[in-house]
Amino acid sequence: MNGTGRAVTRVLTVAGVPALLVIVWQLYSAASQNFYVPAPGRVAQAFAETWFSERILDDVLPSLARLLAGYALAVAAGVGAGVAIGLSPRLRAAAEPVLEFFRAIPPPVLVPLIMLLAGIGDGMKVLVIASGCVWPILLNTVEGVRALDEVLSDTCRMYGVRGLSRLRHLVLRGASPQIMAGLRQALSIGIILMVISEMFASSSGLGFTIVLFQRGFQIAEMWSGILLLGLLGYVLALLFRRLERRVLSWHSGRGVGRA
Amino acid sequence: MRRGIGSRIGYGAAGLGGLLVVMEAASRLGPVDERFLPPASEILGALAAELATAELWIALGETMWGWALGLAIAFCAAVAAGMVIGSVPGLRAATHSTVEFLRPIPSVALIPLATLLFGASLGSTLLLVVYAAFWQVLIQVLYGVADVDAVAHDTARSYGLSAWSRIRHLVWPTALPYVMTGLRLAAAVAFILAITAELVIGSPGLGLSIQAAQSAGAVTTMYALVVLAGLVGVAVNVGVRALERRVLAWHPSVRGEAPV
Repeated sequence: MNGTGRAVTRVLTVAGVPALLVIVWQLYSAASQNFYVPAPGRVAQAFAETWFSERILDDVLPSLARLLAGYALAVAAGVGAGVAIGLSPRLRAAAEPVLEFFRAIPPPVLVPLIMLLAGIGDGMKVLVIASGCVWPILLNTVEGVRALDEVLSDTCRMYGVRGLSRLRHLVLRGASPQIMAGLRQALSIGIILMVISEMFASSSGLGFTIVLFQRGFQIAEMWSGILLLGLLGYVLALLFRRLERRVLSWHSGRGVGRA
Repeated sequence: MRRGIGSRIGYGAAGLGGLLVVMEAASRLGPVDERFLPPASEILGALAAELATAELWIALGETMWGWALGLAIAFCAAVAAGMVIGSVPGLRAATHSTVEFLRPIPSVALIPLATLLFGASLGSTLLLVVYAAFWQVLIQVLYGVADVDAVAHDTARSYGLSAWSRIRHLVWPTALPYVMTGLRLAAAVAFILAITAELVIGSPGLGLSIQAAQSAGAVTTMYALVVLAGLVGVAVNVGVRALERRVLAWHPSVRGEAPV
């Protein structure tokens, strides 16, 4: 097969099914007149009109900022506490049932709880995101620190590596595959909580705006919001995979799908 | 390093007890306002009182029904789709971009759509649960099907096994550990989304009860219901793990595992 042929095949492989889906969508919306399914062209137009405007500044960026703030808070707390708990077998035995319980609480029920404690401002949303994201990070860090290679750990002791450099080169490095797995789970939980906390009580943000469109029966705008959330999830997952590949470039088990 | 199971349980109980004491003390002695964090004893008392009412069991039943039905639909659809995509040559490459795009879409993005299409009913719960759980299982099935040993596959072909018996006796057992991992992840996600749908859209169930308790200012009841949601979550996790061990009892990864 020559170069052009190969390129055409590649484009077909990547874009064929999506193009087919859009065509089906177009045909369906033209044939059925279903009020809830506007034509793809109409949604694209609504997307451009709605989101390439001051809404990016008013709604999208504040949402992202809250997501980042909450996520950062969860990473700091989760990794910090996780290392402390993971390094002490007794502490771990004492904390494990409690942590398993907190992890099993579906994070969205934290929204009404934290609304009670922290009001309905930005602080509440950041706290909701942080308190949902922290458990997978914490538990995975504990697990990663617990499973540190004993030979490596003994070697470090023999060579007198201790304190901060032990933490950095042995503990965090050795636990990083697990920590990254926790961070990945936490990211999708964070996005969910970002949207939900804005749907509850808010005057700005992506979740708020989408619900506003839905209540106003602006169907094409609502679909464009759903599309934007999808894109956001996709881009964040992509960025995360980049980061993961960098951080775990030394680790041979990376990219394995089993969690 | 090895410690007896008994002392582990002892430490765990001490941890739980410590948490309860701290919660009790925090609100009784004053640092936290009792209106915002009731003492642990009152929360547990409210939980016991709630457990004696029929409404709670009906709400819990509705949540679990939405969870189980949604999970079952997503599981069957994902296993079927995964087997087809994984077995037909070229289909996997062709669908890769679509799957990778649709998978990270947060299912809560579908909340407005569910509200419009189904309103506050079981349909909304199912839409969210099925969407969220489907991808978890599908991805694992695809990994599992890709993991089939090429030699075993060729052997099965040359012995003239039909497509169906190849799936039944070769692909399915190979993929099963992955499928169970997918089921475990999906079960947890499905529970989260079932509660979310009830909480945000107002479909009947435990989430709606929590929402109602919050609106009514019944703080202690709300905490009790959140604790109950956590306990159900633990039960879901433990149950699926037990199922996984049972189904995979023949598999080396389980056979070699020390009892947990």
